[in-house]
Amino acid sequence: MLRIKPDQKQRVTLTVNGKLVSGYAQPRLLLTDFLRHEMGMYGTHVGCEHGVCGACTIIIDDVATRSCLRYAVQCDGLELRTVEGLAEPDGKLNTLQKAFNENGALQCGFCTAGILMSATKFLQDNPKPDRDEIKEMLSGHICRCTGYEQIVRAIFQASGQ
Amino acid sequence: MVAETISPIPSAVRVPIKFYPIALDRVRYVGEPIAVVIAEDRYVAEDALELISVDYEALPATADPEAAMADNATLLHEDVGSNVVHHRTFQYGDPDGAFERADRVVKLDWRYPRYASTPMETYGMVANFEKQPDRYTIWSNFQGPFILHALMTGALGVPGNRLRLITSPHSGGSFGIKQAMFPYMVLLAACSRLLGCPVKWIEDRLEHLTASSTGADRADGVEAAFSKDGELLALKFNNIVNVGAFVRAPEPASVYRMHSASNGCYRVRDIAVENRLVVTNTTPIGLNRGYGGPQFYYALERVMDAGAKALAIDPAEIRRRNFIQPEQFPYKAPAGATYDSGNYETGLKKALDLAAYDALKEAREEARAEGKLFGIGMAAGIEPSGSNMAYVTLAQTPEERAKAGGRSGGLGTATVSVDPSGSVTVKTVSTPAGQGHQTVAAQVVADALGLRPDQIDVITEVDTLTSAWSLASGNYANRFSAVVIGAIANAAEKVATKIKLIAAENLEVAPEDIELVGGNAQVVGVPEKALPVRRLAAQTHWHPAGLPEQMEPGLFETTIMNPEMLDAPDDQDRVASAVTFGYVFDLAAVEIHKDTGKIEVVKYVSVHDVGNVLNEIVVEGQIYGGFAHGIAGALLEEFVYDAGANPQAGTFADYLCITAPEIPDLTIGHFNTPSPHNTLGAKGMGDGSSMLAPTAIANAAADALDTFDVNLPLTLNKNWSAANGRPYERAGAAKAKVGDGPREEGAVEGGLKGEGTVELSASPIEVWELLLDPDTLAAVVPGCEELTQLSDDSFSAEVKIGVAGIKGVYSARIDLRDKIEGESVRLVGKASGGLGFGQGEGVVELEHISENRTRLSYSYSANVGGKVAAVGQRMLGTVTKLLIGQFFRGFDKRLRNVNGNSRRVSIGAILKRLFQGRY
Repeated sequence: MLRIKPDQKQRVTLTVNGKLVSGYAQPRLLLTDFLRHEMGMYGTHVGCEHGVCGACTIIIDDVATRSCLRYAVQCDGLELRTVEGLAEPDGKLNTLQKAFNENGALQCGFCTAGILMSATKFLQDNPKPDRDEIKEMLSGHICRCTGYEQIVRAIFQASGQ
Repeated sequence: MVAETISPIPSAVRVPIKFYPIALDRVRYVGEPIAVVIAEDRYVAEDALELISVDYEALPATADPEAAMADNATLLHEDVGSNVVHHRTFQYGDPDGAFERADRVVKLDWRYPRYASTPMETYGMVANFEKQPDRYTIWSNFQGPFILHALMTGALGVPGNRLRLITSPHSGGSFGIKQAMFPYMVLLAACSRLLGCPVKWIEDRLEHLTASSTGADRADGVEAAFSKDGELLALKFNNIVNVGAFVRAPEPASVYRMHSASNGCYRVRDIAVENRLVVTNTTPIGLNRGYGGPQFYYALERVMDAGAKALAIDPAEIRRRNFIQPEQFPYKAPAGATYDSGNYETGLKKALDLAAYDALKEAREEARAEGKLFGIGMAAGIEPSGSNMAYVTLAQTPEERAKAGGRSGGLGTATVSVDPSGSVTVKTVSTPAGQGHQTVAAQVVADALGLRPDQIDVITEVDTLTSAWSLASGNYANRFSAVVIGAIANAAEKVATKIKLIAAENLEVAPEDIELVGGNAQVVGVPEKALPVRRLAAQTHWHPAGLPEQMEPGLFETTIMNPEMLDAPDDQDRVASAVTFGYVFDLAAVEIHKDTGKIEVVKYVSVHDVGNVLNEIVVEGQIYGGFAHGIAGALLEEFVYDAGANPQAGTFADYLCITAPEIPDLTIGHFNTPSPHNTLGAKGMGDGSSMLAPTAIANAAADALDTFDVNLPLTLNKNWSAANGRPYERAGAAKAKVGDGPREEGAVEGGLKGEGTVELSASPIEVWELLLDPDTLAAVVPGCEELTQLSDDSFSAEVKIGVAGIKGVYSARIDLRDKIEGESVRLVGKASGGLGFGQGEGVVELEHISENRTRLSYSYSANVGGKVAAVGQRMLGTVTKLLIGQFFRGFDKRLRNVNGNSRRVSIGAILKRLFQGRY
C-alpha cells in the first residue's frame, strides 16, 4: 500500500469527463476541494461536507458518489463524470438539463449539479422509472427551494415516457 | 482586539445590550464567535482552531424562554435587569368589552418550535480594507443592503460611502437566512483592517446550523371570543418570542410583521396584543421564510378551529362567516394594514371543491368507524408583501417614535438602459436567491419595449457605490412582485415612452399612435410604417441633435418609487405594514397510525390569490417550495437544545431537512384578484404555505387525536405517544434496564446520565488505593495522555477522545470531594478542548462482598457542549458507555495484576510509560 506523509503532496491523475487531468493533493485534501480549487471546476457544489445533502454528487467509475466523502488521493487513476460533462460539446443542454430548464426544476441551482449527476446514473440503470422511484432516488438529495415536485417532473420528462 | 475596531450593532429595541459580532468577555450561546482564525488555506485554519483553548467559567444556561423569564433566572445582559428585553401591549377597539359580551371564549397555548430553511449554499464573503480614503469593500451573498448597511457602517464607524457592499448576482438560496450574515461581515471587515489584507470566509455546515440564524421559537397563547353563531368578536394574542442571546436587527420584526394584520382574513376589530421578547442562551433568530407568519397563523387559525369545535360549527363555515367581504376592499384593518384586494370566500370554496370536502368528511367518518385516527384541518391567511420599513418601530412607543423622528416607506428602485448598440439592460437591487427575478424582469421589460425576453439582460449584482438602491433594497417579504417589478415596469415604460416619441416624430404621427411590437415601433394598425426599436434607441446616443425638442439624450431611466400607502405608524400604533395582500387557503387531511406514530398526509390542497400571475412556472415553483418548508416545520425540522442550552443539531443527520418522498402530493388551485397597489396588478408571493401548512397539519392532527394539545414538529414519537395515551418523552430519554454497566444513557434532556455497578477482584481498601493512584488512573483512563496530581484531591489530565469521528484532545480537571476512605468519593470535573467542553460529577461507592471481591457502584451526570455535542449527540451516550466499560476492564485487570505480584507502583509506572509511548 502506498504510504504518504501527512504534509506531503501527492500527484493525482484522473480522467474527468473524458479528459486526463492531474494535480497535486495533500492526503487530506477532499475530492471536492481538489476539483474546485485545484482543477478550477466549480460545477460540483459543496453543501454539507458530511455526505447527507448530495450537492457534491458526481459519478466515479460509473457509481454516483458523494465527492465530499472522498479524498483526492483515493481517486488517482479513476474515471470521474461531473456536471461540466453533461452538455453537448457545442454547449447545448442535454435532454435531462433541458427538462430541468423547461420544468422549473431548479431555483437557486445549488443542489442541481448533484441531482443531475444522480439522475444521470439513475436513468442509465432505470430508463423508465415511475414517480415514486424518482422520489426515492431524490431522497439522497436536499433541495430547499423547489419542494422537489418540478424536479420529479423533469426527470420523468427526460425519461421520455 | 477585533472588538476595538467595532462598535456594538444597534437594534430597534432600546435596551442596554451591547451586540458585538464576537464575544468579548462572556459567551452567551454555543455558536457565538469567540475567535477568528485566519490562515492561508482552510485546512490550516482548521488545524489552528484546535489549538485554541478556552477556559470557561460556566454559568447556568437555558434555551427555554419561560425558564429565562423566571425570577431567579441568570441574566444574559445584566445591564438590562431582565431577560425580557422588550415588552409592549397594544389594544385596537374594545377587546375587553367584546370578551364580556361573548357567548364562548376559547383559549390555547403552545410552544412553536425553532426551525430554519437552511439554504444549501452557506454564507460566503470576502472583506477588504483599503486606506486613503479608508474604505471597506465586502463581496458576499448577502441579501441586503437593506437597512442593515446603515447598522454596519455604524458598527465600523465609517460613512455610508466607505462601506461598499457588492452582492453576487445569484445566491444559493436564502429564505431570509442570509440577512443575518451582516454581523459576520462587520467582523471580517475588522479582521481585514487589522491584518492589512483581504480575508475570505466560507461558512461550513456546522457553523451554519449552530451560528447563522433560524426562525423564532415561541411560547405563545391566544384567546378568541365568539358569539354563539360563530362570529369572531375579539382576539387576545400573548406572544413570547425566544429571540436568542441578542436582539439582532431587524428583530424584533418577526413579531411585528403580521401585527398590523392581526385580524387575518376576518372582520374582527377588537384585538389586544401583548409582545414579549426574551433572551436565552441560543443563536439569535432572524428572517426565515414567512417571517412571523407561521407563528401568527398558528395562533389565529388554530383558535378558529377550536372555536368551530366549541360551537359545533364546521371549521370551513366558521371561517366563511367571518371573512372580509369582496366589496369591503380596499379594507382598512384595525391595526392599520390596508388590504388591497381579495375574495376570501371564493378561495375557500375552490379549496373545498378541490378537496372534495364532503366526500373527505365521509371518509373521515368511515375511517373513525374502523378505529383509525383521521383528521381534517385547514387554515386561511393573507400574505403581506413589500414591507413598510417603519413597521419595526412598533417596538417603540409612540412617544419614543416621535422623539426618534419619522420613519416610513419601502422604496423600490430599478434602472432600464439602452446602450449605443441598442442593447437593453435592466439593473435591479432585488438580490435574487433563485426566485426567477431575471426571468420575470426580462419578460416585463421585453413586453414594454416590444422585444423578446432573450434580448434583455438583467443585472442583479448590487454595488452600493454604483447601484440605485435604498433602505428597503434586498430580497425579503416577497417584495419583488409586490414592489420591485413595479419599479422595473415603470422604468421600462419611461424608456418606451421616449422611443415612442422619437418614432412618432420620424413617422410623423402622434406618439399615442405608436405601439412597440416585434422589435419595431410601428403605427398602430399599419405594420408597414415601422422603425426598429433598437435603431430608435441608438439614436439617443448617436444623434442627440436629431431628437425631438427638449428630449434628454441617452436612454438611462431609473425609477425610485415608494408605494404611497406605506405611511409612518400613527399615535394609535396603526401602520400600513405592507403593499399587497395575497391570500392562501390550505386544507389537509391526515391519518395517524396508532402502531407506529406515522402521520400520513392523505390530502393537501392549497389555493392561492397572487394577483395577476407574472410567470406561471415561477409562481408554481414558489408555491411548491413554500409548501415544502411548511410541511417540514410541521413534521420534521427542529433545532433541539438540551437543558444546558447545547445545540443538538449540528449536522444534516440531526437536523432533518425534508426530502422528496416525505412531501405529500399537493393540489394547487388559483384565482386572482389583481392588486390596485401594483402597476401590473401582481401581488407578492412566495411565503405561501410556509405560513399555513404547519397550522393546517396541526389542525388536522388535533382533529385526528381529538385534542388541541399538539406541538410541532409532529414526530413519530410524539404522535405515537398521543395516539396511545402515553406521556411524551423526547427520543432517547427512555429508561432502559440493563444489568451491569450504565443503565441509562443518551440524549436525556439535561445531558448524559448513567449509573452502573461492577464487581472487582480486590478488597474495598485495595480498590480504593488503586482508584486514587495517579499512575493507575493515567493507565486506565481511556485516551489519557498525561495525568498530573495537583494536590491530594485534585488531578489534571490531557485526554484524547473520539466521538462520531471527531477526535479531540481535552484538558480535564477532576476534584475529589466527600472522601470516605474505602467507602465512597464524589468526583467533580470539567473538561474543555477545541472541539467542545463538558462538566459533570459522579459518585463512586465501594461495597465489600468477600475477601477479594468488591462491588463498585457508580453514577454520573454530565453536560457536554460545543462542536462535539452538536455533531455527535446521537453517539455521546454510547461513547460514554464504551469509555466507562474500557475504564473498568482496565481497572480490574490492574487489580488482578496487583493481587498477583504486589508490584503496584512499578507496574503502574511501566504501563504509564508504555501508554504515553515513552520508553
